[in-house]
Amino acid sequence: MNGSPSPPEPALSTPLLAASGIFKHFGDFTANDDVSFQIEEGEIHALLGENGAGKSTFVKMVYGLLQPDAGSLEWRGEQIAIRSPQHARDLGIGMVFQHFSLFQALTVAENIALALPGDESLEDLAARVRQMSTDYGIGVDPDARIHNLSVGEQQRVEIVRCLLQDPSLLIMDEPTSVLTPQETTQLFEVLRRFSENGVAILFISHKLEEIRSLTRRATVLRRGRNVGTVDSASKSSKQLAEMMVGGSVGDIDRQARPDSEPDILFEVRGLDRPPTTAFATPLRGLSFAARAGEILGIAGIAGNGQDELMEALTGEWTGRGRDVIRIDGRDVTADGPARRRQCGIGFVPEERNGHAAVPGMTLADNALLTSHSLGGTVGRGVIDSAACREMAAAVSRDFDVRLPQDNPMASALSGGNLQKFVVGREISKRPKVFIVSQPTWGVDVGAALFIRRAMLELAEAGSAVVMISQDLEEIFAISHRVAVLHDGVISTPMVTAEVTAETVGLLMGGSMPLDGAPDMDKGEAGDTA
Amino acid sequence: MLEDLILTVLMTSVPLVYAATGELIVERSGVLNLGVEGMMLMGAVAAFGVAMVSGSLVLGVFAGAVAGMLTAGLFGILVLGFATNQVATGLALTIFGTGLSGLVGAPLIGKAIGGLPQISLPVLSDLPVVGKLVFSHDLMAYGAVVMVALVAWFLKRTRGGLVLRAIGDNHDSAHALGYPVLGVRFMAVLFGGMMAGLGGAYLPLMLTPHWAEGMTAGRGWISLALVVFASWMPWRVLVGALIFGGITIMQLAGQAEGWTVPSQFLSMLPYLATIIVLVLISRNRDFALANSPACLGRAFHAGK
Repeated sequence: MNGSPSPPEPALSTPLLAASGIFKHFGDFTANDDVSFQIEEGEIHALLGENGAGKSTFVKMVYGLLQPDAGSLEWRGEQIAIRSPQHARDLGIGMVFQHFSLFQALTVAENIALALPGDESLEDLAARVRQMSTDYGIGVDPDARIHNLSVGEQQRVEIVRCLLQDPSLLIMDEPTSVLTPQETTQLFEVLRRFSENGVAILFISHKLEEIRSLTRRATVLRRGRNVGTVDSASKSSKQLAEMMVGGSVGDIDRQARPDSEPDILFEVRGLDRPPTTAFATPLRGLSFAARAGEILGIAGIAGNGQDELMEALTGEWTGRGRDVIRIDGRDVTADGPARRRQCGIGFVPEERNGHAAVPGMTLADNALLTSHSLGGTVGRGVIDSAACREMAAAVSRDFDVRLPQDNPMASALSGGNLQKFVVGREISKRPKVFIVSQPTWGVDVGAALFIRRAMLELAEAGSAVVMISQDLEEIFAISHRVAVLHDGVISTPMVTAEVTAETVGLLMGGSMPLDGAPDMDKGEAGDTA
Repeated sequence: MLEDLILTVLMTSVPLVYAATGELIVERSGVLNLGVEGMMLMGAVAAFGVAMVSGSLVLGVFAGAVAGMLTAGLFGILVLGFATNQVATGLALTIFGTGLSGLVGAPLIGKAIGGLPQISLPVLSDLPVVGKLVFSHDLMAYGAVVMVALVAWFLKRTRGGLVLRAIGDNHDSAHALGYPVLGVRFMAVLFGGMMAGLGGAYLPLMLTPHWAEGMTAGRGWISLALVVFASWMPWRVLVGALIFGGITIMQLAGQAEGWTVPSQFLSMLPYLATIIVLVLISRNRDFALANSPACLGRAFHAGK
């Protein structure tokens, strides 16, 4: 990851793809405003920008999913209109989507066959997939069904699927957001090998460090405009972030945890959860505690029990036993979400749409959903609409939620704005304990910064925050202590300032034993001391 | 006696096999067409009317298929072209088919025609027991087995079948890969209509050679249940149709024999069996994910 990219070659040859003056409007909204862009053969080029900056719109036009309103595209020096994804693939453009476009019910080979022209037999195709797996060191079993694969494996299937089409340009939309640091390193090695073989890669990411280590040049989009193509290695992460946001980006100062041990506000002791379906991860003997004034980060790769843990913490799933989950000394093991909220807990689950918020309801109604049991919004069974609207408006004001209209539907907000709303809705209640899963998943840099600051302020004010996150940068940016969840077992929390990302990454990948877990008695005196 | 009973069971299950195999393809493409009953009735009345006027059973069968297809085409235009709610539109289609077939068929009530000739395969049909049960049926009964085999082969072995399954599993991804989601679904809906029409045609042409209003008597609904019972796998449709057909005949036989089991209980059995299968399927997530179409009943909007 630290090999410095070679300097840009002088662009004597015609670029592989050149876009000039691309415009795209959706109604009144201009998604792409005079975007020009060039990528050379075999080049790894980053496309940077906040959510809504027009990155997806742009690559969708390159991939033929959308048509530009104005401007021209040149492919190998020839002006061209890319009419459809099929056309794009025929030209040699492949794309790996952020949300995988795989068919869950089908096998790997069937999935790949669907993306390829011609009538190759599945047996021949499976053989080619195996060959490619060995050639590039990408482990993929052609006979496996997609829904049995981990996210990282699914991504490899996507990549193999693209590569079998022998593309000369590979577009990757936020490919590392689901990978461990080690998997990311492997992916980068594979991508570099492609690049050496002449495949150009257009790499969309918001992880600035990655962009600096992998790509040679970066093009930054802001509000639909190209604000410059830069030599990625020559800019610092902060400079790149500022180009994206268009202003200065503040740093987050994580306050050192006080030396004294403040009160435990939230405690989990020996949480067991048997699997409810064949694919659920059983939780085995989870124990951890969050103290007043700290953010406890729970790192781990998706599918290692995060969803199951979150449900157990919120009370969507309740287990048996006594004193398994305690809030400020009170046993809430048998209580559901509403009772737990009454005890002073606030939750934000991972999925914004449909879990944290109801997309088809207004913000006021969504505000009511988590506060009806807390008083102030419901009187004698009748909803106080004015109070709900006022609450939603106050949250929107305090948490910088940009509203397209007064009291809009939740579905009308962009991902970052809705996330600010659902986080703000809980934090504004000043919960004693705040539990959040993936607080900044798929959210732009500005919103992510805002949300992280809000969580730090909440902790400084004396609450305990438990943050389940797959984003190691985030864990290291704001959590005071970090525990790793792997295969339904949690490690002893470690002081974040005293561990390296590599250690945490190894724990996440399961290549290092989770010391002390699940036996906490021994672990208490472990490496945290 | 027993041979006759089994023959009746086989004949009762033929329309179920047609309608359910057609609906299986429709549902595998991600569309839920609850209008099977209506399409069968349209097929039945068209088949009977044409057969009577022309005197040709073959033309009757053909007319049944076309009528089912046209009815399904209406459903397809509404559901795929205008993205209407599939459940509501399907229910409306059943009501529409029931009403229109009753209106068109009014002058046909009380008329009778002769059935399709049975094809007795030489030598084979002379075998004891097996000969009569397996090798002496009408052409449509053989056709039903052939259609199941074709559909099974199509889904499992051909690229078209793969594309159809892919569209039923994830229409957005299929669209992103450049497959014509709505086009494939429309073809599937038409095929489903044709098969329902054929199943309907079998009733007045073969099973009871006359026309009566609403003569499908819930067979469309049983076919829908049968698709779920078969967990969207073609060969299981054949097995399920025999079981469901057997239950139907047991009701009649039971009444004739004066059984104490109420016939309502027996007519309930196919649905009960379907519910049990649904419960079993949802317990096995792996199986459910691999076979039930994930996009079933969801409208597709391109460019989202």
